[in-house]
Amino acid sequence: MKRLLRGGRVVDPASSRDGMFDVLIDGDRIVKVGKDIPIDGAMVVDVPAGFVVCPGLIDMHVHLREPGQEHKETVATGVASAVAGGFTAVACMPNTAPINDNAGVTEFILKKAADAALARVYPIGAVSKGSNGEQLADIAELKAAGCVAISDDGRPVKTALLLRRALEYAGMFGMPLLEHCEDQSLKGEGVAHEGYHASALGLRGIPGVAESIMAQRDIAISEIAGVPVHICHMSAASTLRAVREGKGHDVKVTCEVAPHHFTLTDEALSTPVSYDTNTKMNPPLRSAFDRDEMVKGIADGSVDAIATDHAPHHYDEKKVEFDQAPFGIVGLETCVPLCFDRLVHRGSIGLSKLVALLSTNPARILKIAGGALAEGALADITVLVPDAQVTVDPSKFRSKSRNTPFGGWQLRGAVAATIVGGRTVYVNESTHGAARFQ
Amino acid sequence: MSGSRKSTGATKWRWNMIEQQVPAVPAVSTLRHKDLLGIADLTPDEILLILDTAEAMREIGYRPIKKVPTLRGKTVVNLFFENSTRTRTSFEIAEKRLSADTLNIAAATSSVSKGETLVDTALNLEAMAPDMIVLRHASSGACHLLSRICRAGIINAGDGMHEHPTQALLDAFTIREHKKRIAGLKVAIVGDLLHSRVLRSNVQLLTKLGADVWVSGPPTLMPPGIEREGVRPTTNVEEAVDGADVVMLLRVQLERMQGTFFPSLREYFAVFGMTRERLKLAKSDVIIMHPGPMNRGVEIASEVADGPYSVILEQVANGVAVRMAVLYLLAGAEHEAAA
Repeated sequence: MKRLLRGGRVVDPASSRDGMFDVLIDGDRIVKVGKDIPIDGAMVVDVPAGFVVCPGLIDMHVHLREPGQEHKETVATGVASAVAGGFTAVACMPNTAPINDNAGVTEFILKKAADAALARVYPIGAVSKGSNGEQLADIAELKAAGCVAISDDGRPVKTALLLRRALEYAGMFGMPLLEHCEDQSLKGEGVAHEGYHASALGLRGIPGVAESIMAQRDIAISEIAGVPVHICHMSAASTLRAVREGKGHDVKVTCEVAPHHFTLTDEALSTPVSYDTNTKMNPPLRSAFDRDEMVKGIADGSVDAIATDHAPHHYDEKKVEFDQAPFGIVGLETCVPLCFDRLVHRGSIGLSKLVALLSTNPARILKIAGGALAEGALADITVLVPDAQVTVDPSKFRSKSRNTPFGGWQLRGAVAATIVGGRTVYVNESTHGAARFQ
Repeated sequence: MSGSRKSTGATKWRWNMIEQQVPAVPAVSTLRHKDLLGIADLTPDEILLILDTAEAMREIGYRPIKKVPTLRGKTVVNLFFENSTRTRTSFEIAEKRLSADTLNIAAATSSVSKGETLVDTALNLEAMAPDMIVLRHASSGACHLLSRICRAGIINAGDGMHEHPTQALLDAFTIREHKKRIAGLKVAIVGDLLHSRVLRSNVQLLTKLGADVWVSGPPTLMPPGIEREGVRPTTNVEEAVDGADVVMLLRVQLERMQGTFFPSLREYFAVFGMTRERLKLAKSDVIIMHPGPMNRGVEIASEVADGPYSVILEQVANGVAVRMAVLYLLAGAEHEAAA
């Protein structure tokens, strides 16, 4: 079946397109992008004014929790959440139980993803067996089973030596290494950004340097290995400085920032309520200076990707003392509104840059399909409505978990529809005009 | 019990004396809080109201029959997840003097050891309709958590490294008794600042009432951003003590230490320990305070702790009156809310 998305604003940084174009889909592929494409028997969808058609969004950093923690999220609920957030693909971190350090776990995740048949799922394998930093995981086996990258996320690769070996070895397969940067000794038992707000609440601090010192190590090792390293969920201004310096010296370093780190600061620990465990994540919400630097880094191109670090937790687990609560918040369904509201509408970036951060660049870093509206490419398409008003309602989340600090927030910018492989997998019923994408 | 028996000979009393002698507390109760979570939530007027009420409450402790019916029929649960002698005993005596029904739950003997969460423990207690819960817990913010789920008023008896409001109130009460004021006094607080909830409550209270507060300790134990609270941080203890009206020592909290904050207790004492020598820098009528329990020979020399300037045991005595005031005023707030 052919579908013609006619007359919408098409934003596709990969082809430098930003203008009114038609997109013709046949089956699971895009067959043509251009002006005035003849209907030729296709079902016509007239894209409403104010809607934007772009390559499907890719979240390169999510936790789907399956296998092992299905009370928080499953692959099925995770991808349902993803498509509701406009994501046609997600890359899921290996810190499941058991750890995704072998083909068995990878294949299990991919089977669950195929059953759910919503967003594409790209598993990320562990760097080391059990992610315990001792011995390399069977990386060739992980690659063969379908892993697109490696990471010991939740903690950094334990030693500089192991990181070097991992980069060199995985480089052979062209697999990127995604690094959770955190010096464990500087983190200590910290639960919040080290600064006035944590101190006033009597919470142990995690300084920004705990992140940047490890990023500096990683960038230095990446340089001698000659293999790219990707810095996950960057939060500290000093880390951004290290990344810029690395890029300035042609080190193949890339980085991502999560929406909460360009939106919130550590003031959220005590405002509007104190000790809300939905303000506890790792890396923590940092100072206003750090937050503003993240926005600048996004605007000036130092930041390559926006990724949510979607970290679902059951409400029981978050309804505890602050220092006892697990780190992390859900992010898939609030990402697009936050990006529009905080970055696009405030003039930091344009639409094309937004699509690059959420689609083009993640596809390039992970070396996966998608990220472009090219002829012959998979028809993974997201339709956005930059000016739609959204009130964040966690009770309507498709995710199994509701742990978000953004409940009740009024934001401008929404997802209208999500199309994966030519099939519409999500339509935002509260957006007028979105139904026609069904 | 033995106290009241002894006094029967000296005083002619009747059972209904308990009914009649309600203390002369300030006429208007303006403490409109359900909970006392921290000094941070109180206005200067509310602090003064508590201190004034405590003056009236203290008088009850001097009577042969140390009991008034103010909280009769009220149930107060002392829920202690950390060891405490002073604070728990002080609260219990305060509750009994106000005729509340009290019960003590220590974490070691509750179902906490069976893995129950704090919220579930609190909800189970709540189901039995206590009027107030006095909570001590190792986690900062534990009282905030309970205040959001409990109808009962929550009184913070120390939460992690956050606040210990009744300690700061009894400290202020003690200072005021000796100095007749708090505004304008130079108060030096010396010790493990980082891990101290007593520090955080005292900084809030003393700055709200206009004291000139200096805090001193090793840089490794200096809370980040402490200067934003309007205090003067210094690593030079002599500078802090110089001309001080009040010197308050904080316990070096060995149990909260992780890693190496200073080389040894011996060296800590050499650099920061409050000795008679250092104390000569303070005003001649300085008072020495310590929230207890003391590490003699670490933060304070024994001859200072036991010396003429020490009001450490007065602090303990005043704790009962201050806690009676807090219980009384919060119960009053409850009445107003119900009305």
